[in-house]
Formats: sequence, C-alpha cells, structure tokens
Amino acid sequence: MALDEGLKNELQKQGVFVTTWDQLVNWGRSNSIWPLQFGLACCAIEMIATAASRYDIARFGSEIFRASPRQADLIIVAGTVTKKMAPQVVRLYNQMAEPKYVISMGACATSGGPFHTGYNVLKGIDRYIPVDVYIPGCPPTPQALLEGLMRLQERIKSRSMGQEVGPKQGEYPIPEFGKSGLEPRYNPDVFQPKKPWADPPAQPAPKPAAPSPSST
Amino acid sequence: MLPSPDEFKITLEQLLPGVSLTLDAGWLVVAPNDLVAVCRCLKENERFSLDYLANLTAVDYPSEQRMDLVYHLYSMAKKHGPVMLKVRLPRAHPVVASVTPIWRGAEFQEREVYDLFGVTFEGHPDLRRILMWEGFEGHPMRKDYVVEDQDVPT
Repeated sequence: MALDEGLKNELQKQGVFVTTWDQLVNWGRSNSIWPLQFGLACCAIEMIATAASRYDIARFGSEIFRASPRQADLIIVAGTVTKKMAPQVVRLYNQMAEPKYVISMGACATSGGPFHTGYNVLKGIDRYIPVDVYIPGCPPTPQALLEGLMRLQERIKSRSMGQEVGPKQGEYPIPEFGKSGLEPRYNPDVFQPKKPWADPPAQPAPKPAAPSPSST
Repeated sequence: MLPSPDEFKITLEQLLPGVSLTLDAGWLVVAPNDLVAVCRCLKENERFSLDYLANLTAVDYPSEQRMDLVYHLYSMAKKHGPVMLKVRLPRAHPVVASVTPIWRGAEFQEREVYDLFGVTFEGHPDLRRILMWEGFEGHPMRKDYVVEDQDVPT
C-alpha cells in the first residue's frame, strides 16, 4: 500500500513519523550494498581506486568489500571474463545470498569488448547471470562506477521487497568446458542473442485486400 | 661483446662439424635436426655462455606451409645478447626436439607453443596444454583456426 505523501508530511509536522515496510527495507538494502572483493582485469584497478580515499565508495555505504561471496550483496564483474574464468564467476554468483545484484563493469564484461572476436573471451557475462547495471567504458572511471552504483540503488528503491528475488531465484547452471568453448554457450533463461545485423530486414506484411463494396 | 651473425655462423660450423646454418636478416636459421646440438654448444661453450632463454614462440605461415620457431638467447654471465635463432618446420607435421633439458625455462614456453600452435616437442617432460583446458580441440593461434560462434546454441 502506497504511502500518501501529503498525509506523511502533515503527520511529520505533528511529530508523527510514518513509513512503509518497503521503504524501510529498501533504505537499508540500498545503503549497505557490500560488494564482493573480486576483480578480473584492469577494471579492477579502477574499482580499487573507487574504494580508496579519493573517490571513496564508502560515501554510498559500499566500502566493505567482502572476501567471501556468502557475505556479499553485489558482484562487480570488473574486467575481461575469459572462457576459463566464466564458470568460476557463475559459481561465485550462485554462492551469494539473496538479495544479490550484479554490475557488469566495462566493455569486456558487458560484451567482450576489444576481445569480442577472440577465441578465449566470453562475449558478456549476461550470457550466464542476470545483470542489473551495465557500465560502459574501457575501463570506466571511478565516477562511472559510482554512477552505476547509484543507478543500482535507484533500482533497489524502486521495487517492493519481494520483487527482486522473484526472477532470479535459485542456482544458475555453471557452464562446462567443451571442445571449442563453453557449453552451453549461453543460458537461454537469461540471454537471447540478437539476430545478426546482416539478416535481411523483415518483409512488410502484404497489404490486406481492399474490402469489397459488396461485403457491406 | 657478441660477434656478428656471420662470425657466429662460421664459428658454430667450425665447432660443430656437419651442422650447416643459414643467415636470414640477422637470424640464424637452424635445421630442426641440429637444434639441440647448436643450443647445447651456445649454452656450454665459453665464448657464448648463452645461459638464458628469454623467449620461445612460433610464427604461422600458412601460405608458405611452414611454421617458424623463434628463440631469443641472452647471456647472464657475459651480459650479452640477444642471439636469435629460427627453426623452420613443415606446417603439416611440426615436430622438433625440446630444449627444456638445456634451459629449464623453456618448459612452459614450449607448452604454450604446443597449446596454441600445435608444435610437438620431443623429449619435453610434461607436454600438455597450459592456457586452454584439457579437451579443447584445435590450436587457436594458427591462422586457419575458426573461432566458434557464441550466438548459436550448442
């Protein structure tokens, strides 16, 4: 049930403070997102810089980088996900407790980046786990990472409490090493590849025959 | 001071009867069968003392049907180098003797070349893939390697 803002303000003037359970929980969740201490490539250096005093991710309540997935709420996939590393990333995500969030940091984690056509790099971590926020950049600056974190906070605040856990409950299947890459190549529950851009555009539907005057 | 490649060739051919080297733009081109003898001489002879293998890699030339192995040698004792060796192998059947018994540091570099180029090193103590996983098929740094299409379900 939504809270009437006018009534809330009126009551506040009288010294009565009311809120909803959703707002209270989301306030707590969004301001204490503990990230997993986990980096893969040069993006991790920017992530470290974001955690250090100059950019100070502690201003957003996220300064405690946990070294265990059991204690983390957020996994920042910071860097190139090689095919050899991808199963471990999915496993770490599976080991995190609900509610959990994923930020795909940088071009590599989002799409493979400069290694998009390579033989050894996964073309985006969203093939296996659901990503909440994508951050562009190569690598993204600390400011960009903080912007991504604020977007994540907005996302958390915009949902009611039970909503988040719905679509991403349970374990995600861990890909296995195959003959030429990972098997499966993507998890169809979370990812559908775009149609190749070289496909011919869809033909316009044939025009319906003009209604004959006799049908009236 | 390191002698010039020409002097190198002459000295080595004097030291190792039956071995013939060719020069190619500063590179000493060694026949695959002579590689171990040449490398052992370069390491153990006092005049060279090339005790450090800095680099071992391969180059694929599909148009010429050959695969070149590249060796860069330095001397820590005499502080000179690099001496650059090339071995030309047929692309269809690239087999060469391992230099791991001579320079221990060659072990991982030969495994990498084996993994990515498919060159077999005879006498290597532990020749397996090092970067790709067991069960991976093909050698991805070969120029005719076709990368899988990740958008097609398996």
